[in-house]
Amino acid sequence: MLRVRDLSISVGRPTESVDIVSSVSFEIERGEILGCVRNIGYKKSMTSLAVMGLLDKGGPWVRTGRVELSGFDVIKSQPYQRVEAGHGGIAMIFQEPMSSLNPVMRVGDQIEEAIAVHQQASGARRPLEARQLLEMVRIPDAAMQLGAYPHQLSGGMRQRVMIAIALACQPQVLIADEPTTALDVTVQAQILSLLRELCDTLGLSILFITHDLGVVAQLVDRVAVMYAGRVVETATVEQVFAHPAHPYTEALMSCLPDSGRSKRRLTTIPGQAAKPGQIRRGCAFAPRCRYAVETCVDQAPPGATLSAHHLALCHFPRGVTP
Amino acid sequence: MTEPPLLDVQGLSTDYTLRRGGKTVRIHAVKDVSFTLARREVLGIVGESGCGKTSVGRSIVRLAKPHRGKVLFAGNDIFTAGSDELRRLRLKIRMVFQDPFASLNPRRSIGDSIAETGDIHGLFDNKADRQRQIQEALTNVGLDASFAAHFPHELSGGQRQRVGIARAILPAPDVVIADEPVSALDVSVQAQVLNLLADLQETMGLSMIFISHDLGVVGQISDRVAVMYMGRIVETAATADITDRPIHPYTRTLMAARPKPDPKIRIAAGIEIGEPPSQFDRPAGCPYAKRCALATSQCGTSDPSLRTVAPGRLVACHNV
Repeated sequence: MLRVRDLSISVGRPTESVDIVSSVSFEIERGEILGCVRNIGYKKSMTSLAVMGLLDKGGPWVRTGRVELSGFDVIKSQPYQRVEAGHGGIAMIFQEPMSSLNPVMRVGDQIEEAIAVHQQASGARRPLEARQLLEMVRIPDAAMQLGAYPHQLSGGMRQRVMIAIALACQPQVLIADEPTTALDVTVQAQILSLLRELCDTLGLSILFITHDLGVVAQLVDRVAVMYAGRVVETATVEQVFAHPAHPYTEALMSCLPDSGRSKRRLTTIPGQAAKPGQIRRGCAFAPRCRYAVETCVDQAPPGATLSAHHLALCHFPRGVTP
Repeated sequence: MTEPPLLDVQGLSTDYTLRRGGKTVRIHAVKDVSFTLARREVLGIVGESGCGKTSVGRSIVRLAKPHRGKVLFAGNDIFTAGSDELRRLRLKIRMVFQDPFASLNPRRSIGDSIAETGDIHGLFDNKADRQRQIQEALTNVGLDASFAAHFPHELSGGQRQRVGIARAILPAPDVVIADEPVSALDVSVQAQVLNLLADLQETMGLSMIFISHDLGVVGQISDRVAVMYMGRIVETAATADITDRPIHPYTRTLMAARPKPDPKIRIAAGIEIGEPPSQFDRPAGCPYAKRCALATSQCGTSDPSLRTVAPGRLVACHNV
């Protein structure tokens, strides 16, 4: 469905640029949820913005790579061309729904706006469609809530409205960028189950970007772990949790607090997360890696295939005896 | 014979008045909260956003104006203390805040920020002593002494939070109130800071109130956990009891909704729909009743108070 090949995004002048995203490749099948695990504090939305074809002139730019949506090249075309070609197909929801919604517009009108752009529905049918979308995202009293302003809704309800607007675009792929990070756990659980349901019923594909491994374990089918702008491991969710192959993934798993085992010291990863472009030689994780040897510092790690769907970018992936 | 508690909070209520649509509205951020904190004990306070957990922490040191109740610190009533005494008490009860970006003055060096309390209270004998204490505080939190000359923008989030902790422990306090100290940090750095807090608590013999929305983090560091909902404590128990054998229906939901980092344990289907009611429209009776599977007619009319259900376990519910 969505195929990203060798995508690199750079900042700075072409003569002295730094890759903030380097050689990222992944694909998402129909009805599949791919979880993208990243640290807090990166310019992590870059990949998703590039996939949306939304990188502005003058900012970071796509240096190499292709993004294909059902065979349609997203980066080379303008967003309106995608809509006209019937490939409006990628929608996005963000972490903070309040800053994505227009505070002085009723939510019903905001949904109708998206319907007007992306669907052939006549003006008279739009309120009905909007109500159906709100019902689809399980907002109680949908008909009444159409007239509500964003500030009158709770955080969970606002995120549901954002999902409804995204669905109004009739997307094939939904990019969800930390959509539950600002929400309480009980509300988060509801939003996660809603997303899963939409995948199953509409055949929607989701790129789910998060730092929370708990959410990853609960929701996604496959995982791409990113470190310093690179995908360091891709695998199914079961493989990643049972046999993490990249030392960074392994270390991330072991630093999770485990409630109930009080007062156990947590394993930590020494040092601070490397910024993309900070380490130009060898493996970016090498300075923090407990298994690193000289090779890791000198040579860029090769992609190691552990099994059909399990890849790790490491000289010495875990669980493989050299 | 048991030692009297170091901190004894009795019937604490904090109200905020807000203007909404031309009317003045009073909301109860904290409602009749009581708990004790023993010497060297770590009490976790957990709850969702807006449940009043931060207000509890701030009220104890009178940063939020408490309207009713009593807080005794080693026998001294904080709420009736005069301004001189309050200042002295605040040296003994220190706070660590959530956002290390917002809580450091960007135009002051790290050393000056750490020493500010000491400067105000005259804790330093001379310049050399000031320097020595700053360095000691920095080393205690695992930072190099050279950081004293740096400015906040040169530090990463984890380093800034360490500075926040150094600032709190400089006057050798008895109690540290840590309000979401690791929420803004990356998982790997979060683990470092949690370990640091646990180590300091041990070596300095601190008592700590650890406030967080994350049950995993709270469970990691706390001896005892208090669960808050809509300004009230609904359950208090030893950490293992809260995580493994929660009693209050809300605690159970909270535990069930927490995404476990294990794809084999999926969140049970049928987590109840609904969110906490608005503070402006507080229902009569138990504030959790509308979402509760066990609710009876009694719950809609009378607000249950905490009662002891087992040694060391308090629950506020009519039906368990």
